Amino acid sequence: MRTQLPPFQSFLDAHREVVWRFLVSAVGAVEAEDCFQETFISALRAYPRLRPGSNTRAWVLTIAHRKALDAHRARARRATPVAEPETVDRRACSSPPAPDDALWAAVRGLPARQRSAVALRFLADLPHREIAAAIGCSEEAARRSLHEGLTTLRKVVPA
Amino acid sequence: MNRQATDEDRHVERSLRRAAIAPSAEAESAEAARRFAARAAAEGLAEIAYAPVESPFGELLLAATRRGLLRVAFPEEDVDSVLERLSRRLSPRIVEAPGRLEPARRELDEYFAGRRRTFELAVDLSLVGGPFGREVLRVTSEIPYGGVLSYREVATDAGSPRGSRAAGNALGSNPIPIVVPCHRVLHSGGGLGGYGGGLDRKRWLLELEGALTPRL
Repeated sequence: MRTQLPPFQSFLDAHREVVWRFLVSAVGAVEAEDCFQETFISALRAYPRLRPGSNTRAWVLTIAHRKALDAHRARARRATPVAEPETVDRRACSSPPAPDDALWAAVRGLPARQRSAVALRFLADLPHREIAAAIGCSEEAARRSLHEGLTTLRKVVPA
Repeated sequence: MNRQATDEDRHVERSLRRAAIAPSAEAESAEAARRFAARAAAEGLAEIAYAPVESPFGELLLAATRRGLLRVAFPEEDVDSVLERLSRRLSPRIVEAPGRLEPARRELDEYFAGRRRTFELAVDLSLVGGPFGREVLRVTSEIPYGGVLSYREVATDAGSPRGSRAAGNALGSNPIPIVVPCHRVLHSGGGLGGYGGGLDRKRWLLELEGALTPRL
């Protein structure tokens, strides 16, 4: 089958940064690397079946969202319930701490759907419709998740 | 539940947006993408790997599959359109992976420096149309360094004594110039004939190999 898809490298160059930002916010800097590799390997496998003209950014972020969920589940299995939040914070701060690290640590503490909604909205600048597509829910549910996420963050982060 | 965003909401939003502009993300994601491409090429998940390579002609674009070197593009060919054509004809699973082209780069370097007379690289003739075209390039690959053949001789060896013109066409669209040495095919009268990369380069290559005396 002949396709009109651009070479995968163009796709990678176009989306690597937004995927990286999303994953750093969703799983932290340490695990972002593995999730990034797995995201693009899954994307590469499926790429020739992608319909030309598809929204490739939303598509790759959907994959990244799933990889981030997998990483969280794997971490939950590894960590003892009490130690988990602290472990997450330490990992995220392995690089020199930025002023907003507390904020992103709080983002990582959100329930999965809220976490992805917040990351996709503010890192990828995705409209609600694309956020919904990426996390696999209705647009209304995406709006609600985003709102609930922000409400929680407002309590955590001092103004 | 829907209500107007308060100042506090906007404070969180501003913080999120500020945090999103981590200046290191561009460089870090570029590194991660390079590691990804190298791995995808090494594990064969990407069918085609490519890399730019310096040469006396300027920057060549090399592309390879697992079977061998697929494409050598001269500097004036537009990289994007070369890759687009590869994507359309063979596979869109194409990544930039210089490591995979390293053996080809080394052999070409040695050749241009006059230290290599035969290429040991495997070639992939997938881009060559038709059995006659492939046979023409196979015959051409066997012309030794410093030697030349005429278009008619190549056509004859490829099994079609009257096929000089078709042989010329196949050579003119050789996807792997230099390595498949189509520059070693000349007119029987001694004229240079044509060259996809331009006649100056054909002459330069023949002089490098000692098949042609440099003009003063």
